[in-house]
Amino acid sequence: MRVALLTIIVACGVTIVGLAFLTTIVERKQEAKNPFFRVVELNDDTQDPAIWGKNFPMQYDDYKRTVDQVRTKYGGSEAMPRTPTQADPRSVVSQSRLEEDPRLKTMWAGYAFAADFREERGHAFMLEDQTFTGRQRVVKQPGTCMHCHASVYVPYKKLGNGDLFKGFEKMNSMPWAEARPLVEHPVTCIDCHDSQTMALRITRPGFIEGITALKAAQGVKNYDVNRDATRQEMRSYVCAQCHVEYYFKGQEKRLVYPWHHGLKAEQVLAYYDEVGHRDWVHADTGAPALKVQHPEFELWSQGIHARSGVACADCHMPFKRVGATKISDHHVRSPLLNISHACQTCHKWPEAELKARVETIQDRTYQLRNQAMDALMDLIADLKNARAAGLATNHPALVKAQDFQRKAQFFLDFVEAENSMGFHAPQEAARILAESINFARKGQIAIRDR
Amino acid sequence: MDKLTRMTKFWGICAGVAVGVAVGGGLFTFVYARGASYLTNDPQACANCHIMREHYEAWVRSSHRSVATCNDCHTPPGVVAKYVTKAENGFFHSLYFTTGDFPDPLRIKPRNRSVTEQACRKCHTPIVEAIEAHQGNDTLSCMKCHADVGHPLRGAFAPDLTTAYER
Repeated sequence: MRVALLTIIVACGVTIVGLAFLTTIVERKQEAKNPFFRVVELNDDTQDPAIWGKNFPMQYDDYKRTVDQVRTKYGGSEAMPRTPTQADPRSVVSQSRLEEDPRLKTMWAGYAFAADFREERGHAFMLEDQTFTGRQRVVKQPGTCMHCHASVYVPYKKLGNGDLFKGFEKMNSMPWAEARPLVEHPVTCIDCHDSQTMALRITRPGFIEGITALKAAQGVKNYDVNRDATRQEMRSYVCAQCHVEYYFKGQEKRLVYPWHHGLKAEQVLAYYDEVGHRDWVHADTGAPALKVQHPEFELWSQGIHARSGVACADCHMPFKRVGATKISDHHVRSPLLNISHACQTCHKWPEAELKARVETIQDRTYQLRNQAMDALMDLIADLKNARAAGLATNHPALVKAQDFQRKAQFFLDFVEAENSMGFHAPQEAARILAESINFARKGQIAIRDR
Repeated sequence: MDKLTRMTKFWGICAGVAVGVAVGGGLFTFVYARGASYLTNDPQACANCHIMREHYEAWVRSSHRSVATCNDCHTPPGVVAKYVTKAENGFFHSLYFTTGDFPDPLRIKPRNRSVTEQACRKCHTPIVEAIEAHQGNDTLSCMKCHADVGHPLRGAFAPDLTTAYER
């Protein structure tokens, strides 16, 4: 009897384990059968990501998580509580970079960025943070900003009566306050995906023109990005629609990506020199200065990952397993917060080792960046003193030194404003910063040897 | 004694039913999960588990496709050793995939890594014996430099997995 009882218990246990096993197999087989269910019909005017989310709930769940505020050693954002006011209802903001490094205020003297500049937050905040930045209160910004701070594909089409470029041009020339009510969401599904095929596609006129100019410089004529780009290229290009350097051209504030000679810092600067562009005149020195935006695409293009065919999405939206299916992680964030999926697919080293490698690169870049910042401060001080001592505004030495300041600042900012603290292309970042230091010191010599 | 016999008979039937249910359920699961395919050499069997699908697709496009199957590199030589390894890996795969508690991307275990290391030498001995002849070569590893030979998931020869899994 005892044997029989034992047999029953064992058989019972075996059945339970077997059934658990069976259930997971059934589940996985079902999951593999239909990667997604068409619950709603999407079209080229479906803006609301929640509607897309009905067909793609896993991707939508990830997407919503870009509200996270997590710091990494040199990036990310801390959630700082603030008291909401009528002008700015935000109860949480990120840390002020100007308070972290007051030298930035000197660099940007006379420009709106000296008034308010904070660590960038996730995609979820792009529209809100741009709406309420302190810069809005210092200068009148144009509607052009919407190109990257809002989901603008459908609004552009509406504004241009179906013509994307016409809508783009119309919104650019509007004052910011007039353009703001025309947009509704921060970046959404439709900004990167075709609603019928889910294929990646480019929706931003600025990038379409920029990449065509870049390809022309490389000898490729009539490049049409949506026709000619490979899938792997698209996995970087959709990000590069916004993560780039740009300027507003002329009175109509037309958005232009300055890639007519190439993507390197000196090639971009050469273009600006050619068209005689300056963002503002430096308040302390009178130099025709430039503010670099966030040239992630440009710097990444000079790095080993780009050279090896690794796309933005490979590290910032790596594949992850959900049951039997694989999706790319739409919780776009720093790879340092997701080392396992982002790095270890290719680099078979422990997480701690990989983190240390990245931070070593960033530590070194940060040291160089500080050296360049100090050199620039010295040059600005020298220029200021020379002007106070009565040096004529058209004195060749002053003009020469002002141009060196323009260069030094542009090169420094090319790394400073870029979101990787040099990681996207370590040696290129170091080279750019070394150039910046050199320009600043040459500027000092020019002023002293007059 | 009559009572005892009846009790024995009752419990005997119960045990019989229980064992029958367990064996029947097990058999069903075995067939449903294409269990028999795991006894073969067919690489398709390894791709039964969705998690190996990308490795399978990469192997199909790899340089080793025409000369080696999964088992050639991932099981040791000898019938007994081969099926012991298969059983052990099969057990742990089932356990991890059922509980869902495993690292992703997958990591090979030290024992399986050494099986694969030896498998390289099965075919490539004529080339590598000169290298292996050097002293202190315990740490000499084929896979350290040729990690992508069997099923490259990245780089120029990798299959386009993105289209296989999602748009």
